[in-house]
Amino acid sequence: MAEFAIRAEGLSKRYRIGVQETGRNTLGGVVIDVVRQPMTNLRRLRRLTRFRPGADEPDVIWALKGVSFEIKPGESVGIIGGNGAGKSTLLKILSRITSPTSGRALVCGRVSSLLEVGTGFHPELSGRENVYLNGAILGMTREEIRSKFDEIVEFSDVGKFIDTPVKRYSSGMRLRLAFSVAAHLEPEILMVDEVLAVGDIRFQKKCLSKMDDVAREGRTVLYVAHNMPAIARLCTRAILLDGGRVVQDGPAAEVISTYLNSGLGTSAAREWPDPATAPSGEIVRLRAVRVRNDQGEVTETVDIRRPVRVEMEYDVLKGGYIVLPNMHFFNEEGIYAFGAQDLDPEWRGRRRPPGRYVSTVWIPGNLLSEGMLFVDANMNTLEPFIFQFQCRSAVAFHVVDSLDGDSSRGDWTGPMHCVVRPMFKWTTRYLPQPATVPAGGRLA
Amino acid sequence: MTMLTLATPGSTDRRPEPRAEVAIIEPTRFTVWSKLAELWRYRDLFFFFVWRDIKTRYAQSVLGVGWAVAQPFVTMVVFTVVFGKVAKISSDGRPYAIFSFCGLVPWTYFANTLSDASSSLVKNSAMLGKIYFPRMIMPLTPVLGRLLDFGIAFVMLLGLMLWFRTPPTPAAVLLPFLILMVALTASGLGMFLSALAVQYRDVTYAMGLVVQMLMYAAPVVYPASLVPEPYRMFYALNPMVGAIEGFRATLLGAVTMPWTLIAVSGASAVVILAAGAFYFTAKEPVFADVV
Repeated sequence: MAEFAIRAEGLSKRYRIGVQETGRNTLGGVVIDVVRQPMTNLRRLRRLTRFRPGADEPDVIWALKGVSFEIKPGESVGIIGGNGAGKSTLLKILSRITSPTSGRALVCGRVSSLLEVGTGFHPELSGRENVYLNGAILGMTREEIRSKFDEIVEFSDVGKFIDTPVKRYSSGMRLRLAFSVAAHLEPEILMVDEVLAVGDIRFQKKCLSKMDDVAREGRTVLYVAHNMPAIARLCTRAILLDGGRVVQDGPAAEVISTYLNSGLGTSAAREWPDPATAPSGEIVRLRAVRVRNDQGEVTETVDIRRPVRVEMEYDVLKGGYIVLPNMHFFNEEGIYAFGAQDLDPEWRGRRRPPGRYVSTVWIPGNLLSEGMLFVDANMNTLEPFIFQFQCRSAVAFHVVDSLDGDSSRGDWTGPMHCVVRPMFKWTTRYLPQPATVPAGGRLA
Repeated sequence: MTMLTLATPGSTDRRPEPRAEVAIIEPTRFTVWSKLAELWRYRDLFFFFVWRDIKTRYAQSVLGVGWAVAQPFVTMVVFTVVFGKVAKISSDGRPYAIFSFCGLVPWTYFANTLSDASSSLVKNSAMLGKIYFPRMIMPLTPVLGRLLDFGIAFVMLLGLMLWFRTPPTPAAVLLPFLILMVALTASGLGMFLSALAVQYRDVTYAMGLVVQMLMYAAPVVYPASLVPEPYRMFYALNPMVGAIEGFRATLLGAVTMPWTLIAVSGASAVVILAAGAFYFTAKEPVFADVV
């Protein structure tokens, strides 16, 4: 056995991104453009694979720049970083989907990479046939799949539909079957790219515990995710990437806290002072998202009993549209807890003039469950529906429980694994003649 | 990136070598030979892709595999009317129907394989970005997958030969070689066009036109004997010339075995295959980035 499972030595990857094309507005100009289009197209397409050495071209980005690290066999390592930090590129290079521009990596052991579940699933084939096909795509041999087939089907809960074409499956069934195949791989090194943020609650738990098993069995796991709590639980070590470079490499808890506090990751307030980098559509551009407590202070920590509000500050660039800001709230297991769209009667269904707006959702106390909540800030227009932007995990905050007995947990001090924890009215009546109910029976 | 090693010592897995090796991922170019060796290691996956190709081709259609016969058969009827009866093109002394069908069977295999292969990488682009496997599998899949269609159409051809009472010649034992020639040509061109289509989608749009042009550049509707003698060697650089003429000589005995044409076409097929494989291997590293 080698002394490492994966060793990266100065990995770099260069991509060419499309450049903004300069179009003309006059009719004559458009005609000329159309005539000349084949030539410009040819030049543009050729540039995709041609790089001038040493030249500093504006549309070339380095997705990775000199990334080095070593992972020992049996380690489980989380790769974290903001959007565009190079996490997925790193995984693609290590799983040989794309080759590095410079540097090299040594990988020792049988690798399975899961960048997606259900790759190669064909809708016309039955569940059974897709299990074999997908297994082969993921690197299993026919014998291996045959020997694990029953286990795979059982894990997926697809059961009697196994011989039905997959196109007749619900999306949940398809996903469960796909994940079951992936979960039965037995690689020495497993590379996973956030495929777990899908499926229903029960299945997600199953997946997370399966990942736990893989890590505990002493296999090497490389896990890329935005889901910090999952990383904290599954990984002992984390590598923080930013702008294609390694910023920090160390114990998972430390690196996650650096990430959350650095502004690279999710915090209670996020602002985009530069319009060029802000999430934006043609009509609306996001400026900031903030979490505030009932005193109006920006805060990362919220008392479970107190109200909290989340605000989106945005510019309407083009007037005359009905704008619908909306937010989605996810808990730390990636479960979609609830969503909310702007209901303010003053602006609801009204076409808005351009300008700056702040929309705030007011969440009452005694509703949320304890733990982290991640908020997606989204925007679209209505009539017609035009998607503007979706900002995943724009902000996050931590809901802290109280043990004073005045929250919904009352006098119960054990764990409560629920997505929301509203405070309800309860009544209990004493029935003076319980003898009419047989022992172990039910009250009709 | 020249080696793939997914070895687990002592496992029952037969794809990887039974040694714990280190896979080196580097920006170096691959060689065609290492790619072919890799293709062999991934033969299970190759098998599954071929199987998927066959299994899903005629899914949810009424005629199903009957399309493998319908396509060349209907074309043959049209050709017999237009080229045989109206234009009165020579058919080397055999009924025009069997003459054209004999050319259409290998031609249909070639044309369908080529159009499937050229779009294979683009159609499976989602897979290219998500999973690693030797990319060559994609354009090569229809070369094997379409053999089933070919086989069915071939049986139809035998039936037609019985109907027209034209017995095959003993040279028919050479047929596998002729089919191989077609397969090699389709592989080479398929690899070239699929790699080109990754970057230039024009290939996909041009395929219908290209296949049509290629058909008239091969002796499908007319016999090679109509091409003037001095040009016939250049003509045979199109491997389909040797293949189709070979089919007609061995099965219909209409002409004597055109050995020179077959030799030129065979050499040309090998060159096309090699060129296609080299181009494909050279372009492979950027597929996932560009597609």
